[in-house]
Amino acid sequence: MSIVQTENLTYTYSLGTPFEKTAVKDVNIAIDEGELCGIIGHTGSGKSTLIQHLNGLVKPTSGSVFIDGQNIWDKGVKIRDIRFKVGLVFQYPEYQIFEDTVFKDIAFGPKNMGLSEDEVSRRVKDSAEIVGLRPETLGKSPFELSGGQKRRVAIAGVMAMEPKVLILDEPVAGLDPKGREKILAQIKRYRDEKNATVLLISHSMEDVARFTTKILVMENGGVFCYDTPPKVFGRAAELASMGLSVPQITRVINRLKSAGIDIPGDIYTVEYAVKKINEYLARK
Amino acid sequence: MLKDITIGQFFPGNSVLHRMDARFKIIITALFIAMLFSANTIIGLLPGILFMALCYALSKIPFRLMLKSLKPIIPIILFTSLLNIFFLDGVVLLRVGFVRITYDGILFTVMMILRIAALIAGSSLLTYTSSPISLTDAVESLLSPLKKLRFPVHELSMMMSIALRFIPTLIEETDKIMSAQKARGADMESGGLLHRAKALVPILIPLFVSAFSRAMELALAMECRCYQGGEGRTRLKVLHSKGADYIGLTIAMLFLDATVLVDLLL
Ligand SMILES: Nc1ncnc2c1ncn2[C@@H]1O[C@H](COP(=O)(O)OP(=O)(O)O)[C@@H](O)[C@H]1O
Ligand SMILES: [Mg+2]
Repeated sequence: MSIVQTENLTYTYSLGTPFEKTAVKDVNIAIDEGELCGIIGHTGSGKSTLIQHLNGLVKPTSGSVFIDGQNIWDKGVKIRDIRFKVGLVFQYPEYQIFEDTVFKDIAFGPKNMGLSEDEVSRRVKDSAEIVGLRPETLGKSPFELSGGQKRRVAIAGVMAMEPKVLILDEPVAGLDPKGREKILAQIKRYRDEKNATVLLISHSMEDVARFTTKILVMENGGVFCYDTPPKVFGRAAELASMGLSVPQITRVINRLKSAGIDIPGDIYTVEYAVKKINEYLARK
Repeated sequence: MLKDITIGQFFPGNSVLHRMDARFKIIITALFIAMLFSANTIIGLLPGILFMALCYALSKIPFRLMLKSLKPIIPIILFTSLLNIFFLDGVVLLRVGFVRITYDGILFTVMMILRIAALIAGSSLLTYTSSPISLTDAVESLLSPLKKLRFPVHELSMMMSIALRFIPTLIEETDKIMSAQKARGADMESGGLLHRAKALVPILIPLFVSAFSRAMELALAMECRCYQGGEGRTRLKVLHSKGADYIGLTIAMLFLDATVLVDLLL
């Protein structure tokens, strides 16, 4: 069964003013448990608006959202429980930090869940470990940390609630390549260890190609397609027409193919490309 | 949502009012306030209210927006009305035990409600139809005689325009921080006063942190561009008064005369 599902989801900002803007239009998605789903789309295509519906921060103008088969806006559903089930990490999440120690800040979410001291402490240490924060960092003030470290604290703050669905809005935006790599690997590790489902907005086709199992492509507030990376990146021309691209390596392979070299076209990671090119060279 | 607060917001448009010189709009708003406060009777308020209706019609601002601008002041209106209606002396209409309602009390209350509502709705029109920049330029221009007295007019208007410029940014930021904390299970809707006050901490601290860092960045950026105050600065948009501005001013004065006359005659 799908863990995250929407039905004809539509949302309009500033309804009834001259600034009306429909950011999400008639979106129907169904994301299965355990998926690591990348969300791509041009700036302003409605990605951020869509994900804020999934934990009930934004109420749809029309349509519905189902988490684990439960309509989250049904009477009797406590929206806070949904927020603990669906953890959301905003873009540039470091601005949400407010406590005087890293430990306390990560503990904010689990404490709001009403967990026992011991359990809160276990979760804080656990999630700090996942995002690669050293134990001695936990006692420091988060405001003394570097930008990348702050980002980790903020992500750990949501992971500590151990949500079944973890959603991240451009979690690696503005970080250096090494930092990006690490955080993406840590997100993947969270999903594997907790058997969670992860949704991840990204502008880097390379990251999406390497880390995800499915890709949701948004265009103008609607869903363009939802499929596996090879299928999505197989539609290079269509992606290009909406201002998106395919991973660089896919472009290289496409050029090689059009130059008459016989290699498969569904290549979108460098590792796989190396393997296929070696095979081709061996055949020759 | 916080975004729905409309007081002080600018709604771009191309009506006569939008195109008027902001200096004249400020003076006309002052005349309008004078109309409301020089009136001593309900009938005396009519010219002012009529004038406001005329302006709204000219501005093409939807009527809905006017009602919206009044929403935040409803509690104040209710509170003062209750006080007035029960505590003013005069011809008694109704008496239940302690409580009595007087004819004068009712009249006074109705007048006060009309006056406050017209004051807010009418002066909102100034910001609805003028961009923040044109307003601060106008304030600077109107206050410029004070420069002779060494009053820092330019600095004041620069501070005003920075403040106005950052209101939407701060509102957006507050919204974002609130959402982020709600996503971590912050509970801001329930609980007693103390609980709610405590729930503000996770919002206020990040807000202050970012406001301060924004202020530092802005100061740095201004210095990098050699900003050094008003001396010798020219403007991108120079204010020009046109025929329509003088006509508007004359109409506003006529309405003020009407208010005074109505009060004298009645
Ligand atoms: N708070 C808001 N108020 C009004 N319009 C908004 C707001 N947030 C986003 N929008 C508009 O909604 C559209 C979708 O925005 P968003 O969901 O942020 O897209 P993305 O995350 O894909 O860049 C954009 O056109 C944007 O201008
Ligand atoms: Mg976004």
